[in-house]
Amino acid sequence: MSAVTGTPAAETLGARDRRPDPVQLRCAVLANEPAGAYRRLVLDAGEAARRALPGQFAALAVGEPPTAMLLRRAVSIHAATPGDRRFDGADTLEIVVAAHGPGTEWVTRRRAGDVLDVVAPLGRPFPAPEVGAPTVLVGGGYGSAPLVWLARDLRDAGHRVDVVLGAASRDKLFGLEEAAAVVGPDLVHVTTDDGSAGLRGRVTDALAPLARDGVVVYACGPMAMLRAVHEVASGAGGTSWLAVEESMACGIGVCMTCVLPVRGEDGVTRMTRSCVEGPTFDGDRVRWDAITIGPGGATSAVPADCLGAPVASGKGH
Amino acid sequence: MTTTAASTAGTNGTAVGFDARTSIGALELKNPVLTASGCAAAGRELGRLYDVAALGAVVTKSILRDARSGRPTPRMAETPSGMLNSIGLQGPGIDAFLAHDLPWLRDHGATAVVSIAGNDAAEFAELAGRLVDEPGVGAIEVNISCPNVANRGLVFACDPGSSAEVVSGVVDVVGGRVPVLAKLSPDVTDIVAIARACLDHGADGLAMVNTTLGMVVDTDTMRPVLAGVTGGLSGPAIRPVAVRCVWQVHAAMRRGDLRPAPVVGIGGILTGLDALQFVLAGASAVQVGTSTFHDPSAPLRVGAELAQALAARGFAGVADAVGHAHTVLAREGAR
Repeated sequence: MSAVTGTPAAETLGARDRRPDPVQLRCAVLANEPAGAYRRLVLDAGEAARRALPGQFAALAVGEPPTAMLLRRAVSIHAATPGDRRFDGADTLEIVVAAHGPGTEWVTRRRAGDVLDVVAPLGRPFPAPEVGAPTVLVGGGYGSAPLVWLARDLRDAGHRVDVVLGAASRDKLFGLEEAAAVVGPDLVHVTTDDGSAGLRGRVTDALAPLARDGVVVYACGPMAMLRAVHEVASGAGGTSWLAVEESMACGIGVCMTCVLPVRGEDGVTRMTRSCVEGPTFDGDRVRWDAITIGPGGATSAVPADCLGAPVASGKGH
Repeated sequence: MTTTAASTAGTNGTAVGFDARTSIGALELKNPVLTASGCAAAGRELGRLYDVAALGAVVTKSILRDARSGRPTPRMAETPSGMLNSIGLQGPGIDAFLAHDLPWLRDHGATAVVSIAGNDAAEFAELAGRLVDEPGVGAIEVNISCPNVANRGLVFACDPGSSAEVVSGVVDVVGGRVPVLAKLSPDVTDIVAIARACLDHGADGLAMVNTTLGMVVDTDTMRPVLAGVTGGLSGPAIRPVAVRCVWQVHAAMRRGDLRPAPVVGIGGILTGLDALQFVLAGASAVQVGTSTFHDPSAPLRVGAELAQALAARGFAGVADAVGHAHTVLAREGAR
C-alpha cells in the first residue's frame, strides 16, 4: 500500500457525477480526541477511505447492539487518508461529532479499539468551480469539518480560497488552525456571535466583502446560515453550494425522509433526497419559499408546483 | 475491519443440508427473507452495497398511477426500538417505474414483488393490469393498509368490504398469472375478518403487517413532531403485535375458519430469531423493513441467521417449521 496522503485534486474535484459506491464496514476506532467543543474520531475505514471524496458523508449505527436507536447518524467526512502514516499506513476516515443526543453522545464516547458500523462514502461530492474562479468556504460550528479537505484541493487546483469560520463562541469553532495551514492565516476569517474570537457577528458579515461576481461559495452549517450565505452569494452574482443537515433514517436513499424541495435541471421541483442527490445543493435551486426555519430546525412544505403535489382540493391525495 | 455486507452475502442464507426455499402461491423463492415495501425503494440503492439477486425478493416501494410528492417534512421521528414515518407514498408513478426501475431489477436478477397503492379500487386494478404481463414481476402486493393517506378514514384494510373490493378488482385483472398478496393493517379489531375478506375474494396470500398509527409530541416546541401529525410506527417496537396478528390468522386457518394461504410476516425483524418467531407463528416467508435503515445488509443477514436457527432446531427446510408453535401448543393440550 502506498503512503500517498489524500487524493490528487484533479481526481476529486469536478467528480459530482462520479459517485463511488458505498461500502458497509465494521471500523475500528483508531483515535478519539477533543476538538474544541467536539470530538474528532479517526476510523480504520479501508475501502471507504479509499473511495471517499470531499463533501461526502458517513452513516453510523449507534448504541450497543441490540440497540433501541435504529436510525443511522449522518456525519460529514472531515478527511480521508489512504495509507495514513500516523496510523501505520491504515486507510483512515476522520469524522467530527457533536453530542446532540443519546446517539451522537454514544459515538463521542467510543475509545480506540472500539468498533463502529459505518456505511460510507455517501452523497455527492462537492462540485468543482469554474477554472480560476475565486472560492469562499463558509463553515458554521463543526459544519466546517469537510471544508479543510476541500480547501486543500481547491488550493492545489489553483483557486483563491478564503475560509470563513463562524460559531456562537470560540470553543464552538472548528478547523481554525488546519484551515490557516492550508490557505494561510490571512485568508481565514473568523466570526463569533459573542465576539470571543474574530469579528463579532455572523459569517455573512465576513462573507459579504469577499462575495463578488463569479465567486463560488461552499457552505456547511445550519439551514438559517445556509439561506443567508445563499442570499449574499446570489446577490453578488456568485454561486453557492450548500451542504444541508437534514435528519436521515438510512443515509443510503431508501427511506425518503431527508427530502427538501429542490428545482432540478429540468426546471421541475421535486421533494429531493439530501442523502443521494445532496447533501450539497445549488443554493439557487433550493425552494426557499417552501422552507420554514424555526426553533426546532428547518421544515419543508410541498410547493404547489412540485411534481406530484396534492391537487388544490386535496381530493385523492 | 470487515466488510459486513460482503461477508454476509457470501453465506447466501444457506446452512449445510438445509433447504431455504419457500413459496408464496406460485412464486418460488430461493430463500424466505424479502425486503419490505418502502424500506428498499426499488432495489437500486441496496444494489450499490450488495447483490440484490441474493434476496428472497425485493418488495418495491408502493407504486401509484401518478407521480406523488409525498408529505411535507419532518417526515420521521425515532422512537424507542422503532420509528415513525409519514412519507405519504412519494414516488414517480407507474410509467417511470416501468421505464427505469423494473428493468433494473430484471437486469440484476432480482425477484420483484411490486407493491401497488391507489386512491380507489379502480386505480389498484389499473396498476395491476399494467404490471401483470411485465417480465420480472414475481408477485403483486396490494397495499391496502398505508396509514399515510390524506383521508385516514379510508384505509381500505380497516374495513372488510373495502378490502374485498380492492382485492377482487386486482384478482380479476391478474387472472392468476402472478400471485396477489394483500398487505394488512394491525390497526383493526379483528384481523381474521379482514384476512377472510381478502382470501375469499381471491388473494393468494397475506402480507402482515403494515405500520401501526402513532405520534410523537415535541415537548420543547409543544407541537407534534411530524408535519403530518401522525405516522406509521415500525421497527422492533411493533414486533409482538405483528407476531400476534400472524398467529391469529394462522390459527384460524388451522381450525378451518379461514382458507389456508401463505402468510408473509412483517414487523420489526432485526435478527434470524425474530424471523423464526414469525415462521413458528405461521409465516412462510418474512420481510425485513425498518431494520434495513439500521443495517442495509439486514435482509441478507437475517436470511443466513434464520437458516442456521432452523437447521439448529432440526428442521430440514423452512416449510417444515411454518406454524410449528401451533403444533407444539396442540401437543401440550393433548397431553
